Amino acid sequence: MTRTLFPVLTVLFGILVIWFLAVAPMNIRVTLDQAVRAGGDVFPTEAVERRNASTLSLLLNNKSYIAGGYDLDRPRLPTPTQVGQELWKTTGAMILKGRTWSKRSLIYHGWITLQSTFWGFLLGTSVGILGAVLVVKSRVLEMSLVPWAIISQAVPIVALAPMIIVLSSQAGIEGRGFPKALISSYLCFFPVMVGMIKGLRAPNAEQLDLLKTYSASGQQQFLKLRVPASLPYLFTSLKIGIAAALVGAIVGELPTGAISGLGARILIGDQFGTPLAIWSALFAAAILAGVLVTLLDRTQHVLLRKMGMRT
Amino acid sequence: MTAETVIKAENLSLTFQTNDGPVHALKDVSLDIKKGDFVSFIGPSGCGKTTFLRCMADLETPTAGDITVNGVSPHEARRSRAYGYVFQHAGLYPWRTIGRNVRLPLEIMGYSKADQDERIKRVLELVDLEGFEKKFPWQLSGGMQQRASIARALAFDADILLMDEPFGALDEIVRDHLNEQLLKLWAKTQKTICFVTHSIPEAVYLSTKIVVMSPRPGRISDVIECPLPAERPLDIRDTQEFLDVAHRVREGLRAGHSYD
Repeated sequence: MTRTLFPVLTVLFGILVIWFLAVAPMNIRVTLDQAVRAGGDVFPTEAVERRNASTLSLLLNNKSYIAGGYDLDRPRLPTPTQVGQELWKTTGAMILKGRTWSKRSLIYHGWITLQSTFWGFLLGTSVGILGAVLVVKSRVLEMSLVPWAIISQAVPIVALAPMIIVLSSQAGIEGRGFPKALISSYLCFFPVMVGMIKGLRAPNAEQLDLLKTYSASGQQQFLKLRVPASLPYLFTSLKIGIAAALVGAIVGELPTGAISGLGARILIGDQFGTPLAIWSALFAAAILAGVLVTLLDRTQHVLLRKMGMRT
Repeated sequence: MTAETVIKAENLSLTFQTNDGPVHALKDVSLDIKKGDFVSFIGPSGCGKTTFLRCMADLETPTAGDITVNGVSPHEARRSRAYGYVFQHAGLYPWRTIGRNVRLPLEIMGYSKADQDERIKRVLELVDLEGFEKKFPWQLSGGMQQRASIARALAFDADILLMDEPFGALDEIVRDHLNEQLLKLWAKTQKTICFVTHSIPEAVYLSTKIVVMSPRPGRISDVIECPLPAERPLDIRDTQEFLDVAHRVREGLRAGHSYD
């Protein structure tokens, strides 16, 4: 854990530096437009000329306005500090004010998305594991199921999501919970299925022969050899699966006119031109994914340790 | 000797069909193994010694000829759990402790919990691994792992022990030690042992009967009854009698054109 901390922090620091430096060129045009409206003295003065000028020349000719780009209300690219402040305003500060479940709180929206993620993850892993078991058990099912599973992932989920919403409401299912979970599971089942097929096939010929010499039944072979041998693979795919489920839940909120959930926050932020809302929702999603994957990783560590494996 | 025949092979052949044409892994192999024998199979790679052992275990199916184990087909023998098989690699399940690895066949064969515990304790003592029950395989040396896998094969009541180069991956010193232990174990348990090996001294030291095999096609080129006494200290390998047998084995290997 501590061994990976330093490299991770180094990369994080590098990203922050690049991000911070990028704010100036990204925001200079917006800054200059605002300055003109406020009666400031910028070069070139005409909007058309500014449009044709290169970003570099704008920066060089208006050095005194660069700092202004780091403090815009509606920046093209907000600074890390702005995003951090916005995140705090919509999470921690909300809790302090006792408005944790307000519609403006990302905790509320995160919770909505988390619920869909959870149900999608549950459904997706169940389908994935069941699919893997069937595929490993039967050669016919392998040949008929696996190609469809692969094709399913080639269909863009963004195109599929609205149809799932429409169809499920047509089928009389109330609310967005179920279709969102379905969309989420659609992304989640595949890595789990692929990982579990690999895991259930992990035992080598000698380990299988050994059970044959005991005249073990197919069920015994499955439970005493294939399942335990697949556990390391299962956890690896669960970690990918839960991240995919979260992405699926957010995608499920995007094109569907949802008003709550992190995906809805991103969409509304876009429609109302509030980039800070988009960025803070994005970071909330990233942090949520990080927490979920870490939880699974710790579980894996503890469980495999108990099973005598060096993780 | 009037002991009963445990394994009987008659004109046994096994041909693998490969893309490069048929491979005669075994051709017209006939052999009788009596109860309580310690039979070594020795020969170069490709002579069919492992294939022969796998035929006895019903892990391969011969394409011609007859083989019986305990008077029945290998399949029936396997169904009735007539033999314990020790593989080249210990093949312990890494997620099970040593104790639970030995318990595996007992669980599968449905022994009672108390019986399982009693047997695990007994066979681990037999291979000098008492106290290692709760250790995981990776915490043990290669030699200890192989001993655990022998304990696993001894845990249930099979009269036959089939061993496929069990000590092949171990160093000389560990191997000597295990050979000595294996002989003691054989004397104590009175099992019939079939033992595949690459090593001439190992074959001579252990066996009552040495089967020399040669490749292309895999066949038996000589069967040597080992006249050494049942009681065999390690330094018996320096006696003239031992060297004579070893010499005959080497001659047998050479006669089979095994080094061309």
